Amino acid sequence: MDFQVVVLGGGVSKKLIPLVSQELPNALLPLANRPVLSYVLEYLELSNLKDLIVVVEGEEAALHVGAWISGAYADRLHVEVAAVPEDVGTAGAIRAISHHLTAKDILVVSGDLVTDVPLGAVAATHRRHDAVVTAMLCSAPVSGPLESVSSGGKDKTKKPGRYDLIGLDPTKQFLVHIATGAEVEKDLRIQKSMLPAVGQIEIRADLMDAHLYAFKRSVLQEVLDQKSAFHSLKHDVLPYLVRSQLKSEVLLNGIPQAEENRTEKVISQSNQQMLSQILANASEPTFHLRHALGPYGSTFDRRTHKCCVYIAGSSKYCARLNSIQAYTDINRDVIGEASRLSGYSFSTLNNIIHPSAELGAKTTVGPHCILGEGSQMGDKCSVKRSVIGRHCRIGANVKVVNSVVMNHVTIGESCSIQGSVICSNVQLQERAVLKDCQVGAGFVVTAGSECKGEVLAKK
Amino acid sequence: MDPSRRAPRAVIDPIPKIRQVGFFAPPERSQSGPPDPTHSSPPISSSLSPVMIPPPRHLSDNLLLHAPRPASSPLSAAAAAGGSGNSFDYGAVFFPAPLSPAIPSSSYSSRIIATTGEGGFFKGNGAGGGKVAASSFPRGGFDLTAMKKAAAASVVVPASELTTVSVVNDSLGIPEKEKGNKAGGSAVEVKDQPNSSKQQKPKLSKAERRALQESQRAAKAAAKGEGSKASGTVATMNAKPAKAVKPAQKVDNAAVAASEKKGGEIPPEKDRKKDAPQPRMQYDDKSRVEKAKRRAVVKQTEARNRVELFRHLPQYEHGSQLPDLEAKFFHLSPVHPSVYKVGLQYLTGDIAGGNARCIAMLQAFQEAIKDYKVPHEKTLVRDLTAKISSYVSFLIECRPLSISMGNAIRFLKSHIAKLPLTLSESEAKASLQSDIERFISEKIILANKVIVKHAVTKIRDGDVLLTYGSSSAVEMILLHAHELGKQFRVVVVDSRPKLRGQLLLRRLVEKGLSCTYTHINAVSYIMHEVTRVFLGASAVLSNGTVYSRVGTACVAMVAHAFRVPVIVCCEAYKFHERVQLDSICSNELGNPDVISNVLGREDVKHLDGWANIENLQLLNLVYDATPSDYVSMIVTDYGMVPPTSVPVIVREYGREQVWI
Repeated sequence: MDFQVVVLGGGVSKKLIPLVSQELPNALLPLANRPVLSYVLEYLELSNLKDLIVVVEGEEAALHVGAWISGAYADRLHVEVAAVPEDVGTAGAIRAISHHLTAKDILVVSGDLVTDVPLGAVAATHRRHDAVVTAMLCSAPVSGPLESVSSGGKDKTKKPGRYDLIGLDPTKQFLVHIATGAEVEKDLRIQKSMLPAVGQIEIRADLMDAHLYAFKRSVLQEVLDQKSAFHSLKHDVLPYLVRSQLKSEVLLNGIPQAEENRTEKVISQSNQQMLSQILANASEPTFHLRHALGPYGSTFDRRTHKCCVYIAGSSKYCARLNSIQAYTDINRDVIGEASRLSGYSFSTLNNIIHPSAELGAKTTVGPHCILGEGSQMGDKCSVKRSVIGRHCRIGANVKVVNSVVMNHVTIGESCSIQGSVICSNVQLQERAVLKDCQVGAGFVVTAGSECKGEVLAKK
Repeated sequence: MDPSRRAPRAVIDPIPKIRQVGFFAPPERSQSGPPDPTHSSPPISSSLSPVMIPPPRHLSDNLLLHAPRPASSPLSAAAAAGGSGNSFDYGAVFFPAPLSPAIPSSSYSSRIIATTGEGGFFKGNGAGGGKVAASSFPRGGFDLTAMKKAAAASVVVPASELTTVSVVNDSLGIPEKEKGNKAGGSAVEVKDQPNSSKQQKPKLSKAERRALQESQRAAKAAAKGEGSKASGTVATMNAKPAKAVKPAQKVDNAAVAASEKKGGEIPPEKDRKKDAPQPRMQYDDKSRVEKAKRRAVVKQTEARNRVELFRHLPQYEHGSQLPDLEAKFFHLSPVHPSVYKVGLQYLTGDIAGGNARCIAMLQAFQEAIKDYKVPHEKTLVRDLTAKISSYVSFLIECRPLSISMGNAIRFLKSHIAKLPLTLSESEAKASLQSDIERFISEKIILANKVIVKHAVTKIRDGDVLLTYGSSSAVEMILLHAHELGKQFRVVVVDSRPKLRGQLLLRRLVEKGLSCTYTHINAVSYIMHEVTRVFLGASAVLSNGTVYSRVGTACVAMVAHAFRVPVIVCCEAYKFHERVQLDSICSNELGNPDVISNVLGREDVKHLDGWANIENLQLLNLVYDATPSDYVSMIVTDYGMVPPTSVPVIVREYGREQVWI
């Protein structure tokens, strides 16, 4: 096998409470009535990668994810589900399954990624440059920066969002600097040795790390073994590799492994030197090579490694489901402008109504809507830009706008739902009004109540 | 009437030519043009004897390709004799030229003697005349001496005398025409054709018709004997009827000229058929282009605004190739990942240069062979050859092959074909990997070391050396001379759009060499202070033509005009038996967009959107061809040789290639 894929399925994220729970982990959160993990698995299958390892935090969540995968993909993909303890971080997750990794390169994909960027392009870039890590970057979402918890209005004002700052070389192929928003307070710090080597650094704030990486396996395992304090791939491993790419300590141990893998005869030293010289002079040298040669051909044996980037085109969709705002936005995008990702075939009215759904008289379902299997709607209802799950019971005179209604929800008459997320098995009694709310699973909203910007969950 | 016509010519010809020989011997030695007339003289002399016209000319080309094979049949023996005759012509040319010390004189003279004997043996069969022999009596002694030394020829004395006289006279006669015409080589060639057509129109036409028929028969026999691919045979047969039809449609004079041109084309086609890389398609043939597109792995969009003169070369839009190939990274299971990586690097230009591309390709093939497993119910030899062919097709789609890569592929395929059937799979794979390793270390690395050792002797203190572009061999020579403590200066000439000389300049300055950097448009101003010119080459062809980066011919011509010696450094594995007179019929087209922008000058954008203008076409050639007249010396791993020695090395190299 040449590339091995690790899907980080997460567990029960604190940022997504009350949408997720032990029965409904992050990976199974419905997105246009499909679990978000199915988007990743379909994406990998489309790229002809059928041998996967899905890492889930928490034993109970892993059971649910494994059960769902075995039911949905038993005959199409070969998936192994690994359970790791909670709060070990992404680096800890990779550490836990490190003994299962045998391929030359590892693709690490986040389980909450929704994208149609060709995965082969990232792998090809990684392979072409012989990089130790290749990160995929895409445009930042317009709804705001990452890491911003928008669960309450007060919190929003207190904690303004921060962007990632990404430094690139002039050719826009190599990563020179990366700092996530939380790390940058007032100053931007760049290594002094980087400046004469690169010459010109472009700092961009409009790019987002998609949390999709291609690693060289030996380098990744070595870094995780040596730096046991590393907790996150994005915050710890990647910045470390970027910082140390001009004075690499990693490849010192990597070279013996590479040589052991070869069964070739040992080439004489001068022949090898001349061979590398011919190959090195064949093209425009990257700043790694120029730095390794050193000024005036000094004999210092400097080792460098490359951290590559692949910047997705503007026509490609790429988003991460890591906040409630992102959840709402991605739901709207998947049934809207990026509907090619959902796999559904939309009707002439540009919506999807399941054949078994029942609509009452004078009920309108606008474009960019999905009505799930076995749902019923009463008379004079109105649905706009919303997703309604399976087997819902909706009474008469109900308005649903910009919302997500999950499965088995009962909505009474004359209710109004706007910009909200309603989880499974929720009961809204008559004349309830919700705006910008999140209702947890199994909650009962009493009749006539009006809620705005609240989180309603069962205690 | 025919005998009476022949008799006066035979009597008249020797006398004036002998006198001319005496008068003009010294000026011949200063000329560097003799190989061209000697090439043209054998057809004229062979046309005089109608019965034996076609076999020697065409079968001799077969001999060049199959030199290692022993002659087992009478026809093969005749072919060997014909081939020796051609080599004798080369030997005659060497007499006036000074011998280079690299070639041992003993083996050289022994070859001349042997070829003399064999030539006499062949031509003696078809000729006989007592009067002619009597007239050439003074040379009889020399011939007898040669035959005694060879001790191999068993030919009648009068016949050999006749052969020797006629060959020498013909070779000496044509240079006079060149002296009369002081115009360039092309002008002379143009004038030669009408002269020959005027003199012998009816006979030439009949002779060439027979020649065509004989060549077709020989090609068919060769195809059957060698068991070549059916598709190749079909393609060959399809091509020849079309050529046969064309002469009938034209006027007689045009038909004669056209048939002469086609006659010239026949040997290159034969060479191409037997080469490991597929012959380059004529991309103005739409049906073949469509077939190739269906088989192609890479999605290639043909460029608009194609240059008319170069429609026969492939032109693709460069922007769409790389994203499409990247997206398919996990879907091209027939192609090994290491080969895929090398293809991507070719496409993006990360690997450039003949040596680097060849090494990267061979290393990728090593990886592919290591991971290769023989499918069930298939033999390793056939299946691995097919796999290598598919890899080569993929690499050709990423970027056309260079001559060095073609020779390396031929070497690899011949070694796969020669694997003993008794070897196990792992043993066969280990043998192939060690063969590739040996090819890289001997033909490329060791060859470069030998070239450096030879060429450094040409650098003296106080020299000003000029080089063009960025050649790995030239760079090694300069660095080694610097290490030896020689005091010299380097002039690096560069040209857009790639500006490769900047890379060489940076590396030389880092080592402490004193350098001057200039652009190619200023080469005539800098040349007057230059004492030597060192050039690299992508290939050296049989007629001594140096096929290299575009601009090399310009630099060589300016150096020749300033009487500065031009030294070409090229490994022997880049030599090829093809003959090419210009850089139009075979070349590589680069990306036109790169010449519409100026690096570092963002404000110069007059040619933006040039593709939308129908009558505007941008041409970005990658290679050019330097005639051998402008090359003083070729430094190769077999020594320092004149360009006229390239066919000798090709024969030696060909044999050695098979023996390895």
